[in-house]
Amino acid sequence: MALPLKATFALSLLFLFSLMLAASAEEEFSEELLLKPLPDRKILAHFHFRNEAPLAADSFARHHHLFPKSISQLVQKFHIKAMELSFTQGRWNYERWGGFDPISSHNAKPPGVELWAVFDVPQHQVDASWKNLTHSLSGLFCASINFLESSTSYSAPEWAFQSALGSLRYGTLPREAVCTENLTPWLKLLPCRDKAGLSSLMDRPSIYRSFYHSQRLHLIMPTAVSDGSKSGIILEQTLTVVLQPNNQKASMNHVGETKIQPSWSLSSIFGRKISGRCVLAKLSNIYLHFERGLVTQLDNLQKKSSKFAANDTGPEAFRGNAGFELSVTPERVHTELEKSSSVLYEYPIKEYKEIEQFDLGLTWKHPVVWSSSHAPLYASRFLMGSGNERGAIAISLKSTEMTKGLVSANNVEERCKLQVNVLQIVPWYVKVYYHTLQLLVDERPQVLADFVERMRVSPSEDKVSPGVMELVLQFPCEMKSAVLSIEFDKGFLHIDEYPPDANQGFDIPSAIISFPDFHAGLQFCEKSQSKSPLLSKLQERSPVLSYTEVLLVPLTTPDFSMPYNVITITCTVFALYFGSLLNVLRRRVGEEERLLKNKDAKKAVFLRRMLNKLSAKLRGRPSESTPSPPSSSSSPFVSPKLILRVLMVAGIAVAWQYYSQ
Amino acid sequence: MKKKKVQWFWSWVIGSVILRLILLYFPKNLNLSSRPEVSTPLTSLRRLAEGYWLKQSSVSPYAGSMYHGSPLLLTLLGPLTVTRVEGQPDHLLCSLVFVIADVICAMLIRAAGEKLQVAYSSRLQFLGLHNLSENSELLPSGDFAALVYLWNPFTIVACVGLSTSAIENLMVVLSLYGACSRLTPLAAFGWVMATHLSLYPAILIIPVILLLGYGPDAPPRKLFWQRKNLDVGNSTSSDSCSEEEAKNQLKMAHVFSWRLVVLFLFWTLLWSSYVLVLCGIYVQQYGGLQELFKRTYGFILTIQDLSPNIGVLWYFFAEVFDFFRNFFLIVFHGNILLMIAPLALRLNHRPCFLAFVYILISSMLKSYPSVGDSALYLGLLGLFAYELKDMQFSFFLFSGYVGVSLLSPVMHNLWIWRGTGNANFYFATAIAYACFQIILVVESVSAMLNHDRMLTKLYTAKLQNVKS
Repeated sequence: MALPLKATFALSLLFLFSLMLAASAEEEFSEELLLKPLPDRKILAHFHFRNEAPLAADSFARHHHLFPKSISQLVQKFHIKAMELSFTQGRWNYERWGGFDPISSHNAKPPGVELWAVFDVPQHQVDASWKNLTHSLSGLFCASINFLESSTSYSAPEWAFQSALGSLRYGTLPREAVCTENLTPWLKLLPCRDKAGLSSLMDRPSIYRSFYHSQRLHLIMPTAVSDGSKSGIILEQTLTVVLQPNNQKASMNHVGETKIQPSWSLSSIFGRKISGRCVLAKLSNIYLHFERGLVTQLDNLQKKSSKFAANDTGPEAFRGNAGFELSVTPERVHTELEKSSSVLYEYPIKEYKEIEQFDLGLTWKHPVVWSSSHAPLYASRFLMGSGNERGAIAISLKSTEMTKGLVSANNVEERCKLQVNVLQIVPWYVKVYYHTLQLLVDERPQVLADFVERMRVSPSEDKVSPGVMELVLQFPCEMKSAVLSIEFDKGFLHIDEYPPDANQGFDIPSAIISFPDFHAGLQFCEKSQSKSPLLSKLQERSPVLSYTEVLLVPLTTPDFSMPYNVITITCTVFALYFGSLLNVLRRRVGEEERLLKNKDAKKAVFLRRMLNKLSAKLRGRPSESTPSPPSSSSSPFVSPKLILRVLMVAGIAVAWQYYSQ
Repeated sequence: MKKKKVQWFWSWVIGSVILRLILLYFPKNLNLSSRPEVSTPLTSLRRLAEGYWLKQSSVSPYAGSMYHGSPLLLTLLGPLTVTRVEGQPDHLLCSLVFVIADVICAMLIRAAGEKLQVAYSSRLQFLGLHNLSENSELLPSGDFAALVYLWNPFTIVACVGLSTSAIENLMVVLSLYGACSRLTPLAAFGWVMATHLSLYPAILIIPVILLLGYGPDAPPRKLFWQRKNLDVGNSTSSDSCSEEEAKNQLKMAHVFSWRLVVLFLFWTLLWSSYVLVLCGIYVQQYGGLQELFKRTYGFILTIQDLSPNIGVLWYFFAEVFDFFRNFFLIVFHGNILLMIAPLALRLNHRPCFLAFVYILISSMLKSYPSVGDSALYLGLLGLFAYELKDMQFSFFLFSGYVGVSLLSPVMHNLWIWRGTGNANFYFATAIAYACFQIILVVESVSAMLNHDRMLTKLYTAKLQNVKS
């Protein structure tokens, strides 16, 4: 009897173990870092961590090996289909740093906090789920995301994010200050934290000294092809930093007019070296990305210089060029399919010893000038008007070299159209008049209906919801510039609704401008690419997206110091009105006074008699007998009346009680 | 003589229309339509245009907190806001509508004034106060009131500033005129529309009913009683013709004609159900009548919009602690209702004046007052020029009105545009304006009561003369 029991126990243990093994085998973690020199002498460092876990039906109380439990619980509890949370400080410079590559359209985020989430719940529960989610995230990331709970700060755009229909909520907090207290909980979600692997590079002072940094958390639930159910959770954590390398040396090297690009190494920009990979990571790579413009320039340089042999094709050739030199030889080089396209150098991270830590360095030999590829239209937004009563928001779209190329390329075709989606969310205290929407194309006013393909407006409601305007615009490609302007009145708030620094002004969150016809994505020819999540992310065809500036709207303030004065003065004035008018109405003069006195005298006699009766009644029987006989004789006459009155009062009291309940 | 007078009147009317038309051609320079004195959240034409635009793009016109007016106004003025005449200023058609409304309003005031004057002087004659009645006929108060209304800078500013208060005023005056001339359907229509447009004229039902029941303003009713007693005493002495007339007059003065009142109530019921049905059809797919009431009357009663205007309540509710908000809402609206009964008791023989006082009180205490409301009561004040000629502080009040209307824009500019002043500056002018209105209402009521006292005194003196 005991034996089979033991056997079954052992069997079940084995089964469980194997199950766990299988589960843990599916959990994957990879860490990658992309470095990219930017045209304006800065470096972009893009950390990309990907954590994938299977999602079983009973996994609510399950243990995860690598995947952060808090996130999986969040997903389970609020039925999240997809979610993205970003903390950003600084503004992505679309003009200099590019607006057409995958990094800018995925990782350039508006300042402050941006959160969107898609829920897998019935429509009427979406808001409740959103509120709970904001509170959980707020606790998880030590940020004031809970302010997104109020219905005035989030909205449900329909066209800006194609993925979701109706169950998406989007909210931003432009004023949120992002600091190391937000980074630490973010790092806690990584299996190695910042103790080992690439994340050990994240030296707080150098990150927060940067021109732009954006930490992002993206949750995706890929659906299985077979039955459409969720197959797992993918958690992508990225940190994008734009840094200025220390360039004391470079500043001295002036070659001609143009300054040479500053040379840098990992240790010089982060102040740290990589001592080894995170052992839990399946993949640990560093990439160096040279974008298209830079590669073209380098090729030109190469052709000009005669020093290098033309057909040296060994791996050493990648290490240096006429223009630059790398301190470490790359293991692999990915080039884009097209000619004169971007180049990606790959460095896998191994275990290093104490002495020889990994430190990638880049030394420039010649000045190179290039520019990043831009989005079809460069979008910026500004306020018009002065004073604190009204104003106008203008979104200006300027054509870039990209659209000029389009025109020349599409010359043969009948008519080239450029589709632009605009999502503009305004808080309720900016009262937008949607009928004043105006469009200027090439500085000439145009009829809106000629350019607007679709429009969805949900106007703001005071203290309830923000105003959302979604536009799908079609512009001809040869257009030089377009300006959308819309007028608004500034609202006046209750004194409690102003933040402590009321005179600083209020932020209007960034507008989102997207170009659904254009896809940012790099195409690499290598076959091995599919292994690396970062590379597959770079190759993903995603629509080009850009955020506009956050606008600061100053609102008029009332005097915060004198609510008491206002209340007392106003009430005094009204009391004055009431008293004096009533006084005028009841005043009698001369003849009337005499008449009234007569009447009063009559009334007074009557009243006195009544009072006597009443007091006698109240004092009780014994005292009643003492006054004059007529009163005692009249008392039975009065008593039914009195009883009636008492009954009436009692009835009113009962009715009152009944209604107040 | 009379013809000359009429010509003189019409030339002034045409002058005022021409002035309005000239001002209409500088809408951009004057920028009156965005002044807080003119366009409140309820009367702003810009908000109406926004509501119409939302309606056209198949969203509820009440979505968002822009439009709070009536759907009927939206159907009337909405199409006019989008039609542009080439080479002409925007909203030209709308402003023409407002000019026409102003002129009609003035004409109705004039007609009502003439009716009032005729009735009043005939009653004075009936009481035997002939010299008084001649005095009262000297000043054509109807013409005077109409011209005061047309030439009042407040009216002109409200008209040129495209405020819908011109139409609200027209409805109020229509109802008063209908009641004065005993046209119950007209009176009922005016009252229903005025109530529908701005809610506060609802209290005018009391003066309108009194006006229909007792007839236009008259000296105190007590005097007629005394006259009746006198007549009973020596009925044989007077001739038959005047006897008939006297009896008629007595009837008019004493008998509350229930028939007209019932007719009025019937018409009110008819018109209001008609208006409700129209509104119901209009807002059918946008939440129905309940939503409409919430967005219009609810908005008026709860004072949600705290943008500055010439009243005092916006600042009060921007500053008051949220906990007391409901209490003060009740107090301030109760303030209007509280004075209804005492005034109606004391002034029931002068229903037109009672209506004037009600309009004055409600335009002082209403949640979003504008100069258009002031224009109406200042115009109606002209109707009682004869009775109120002994009013105290009239020069002080006049200079107060002038001073406030000059200072208030300056303070607004300092606060909003220059940022050098603060909200208290502007609020101070609003408080001063409220004080002047209070003085006006108190003084006008007391002057009217004094006038009645004077009549009583004269009449009793005359009676004693007759008896002795």
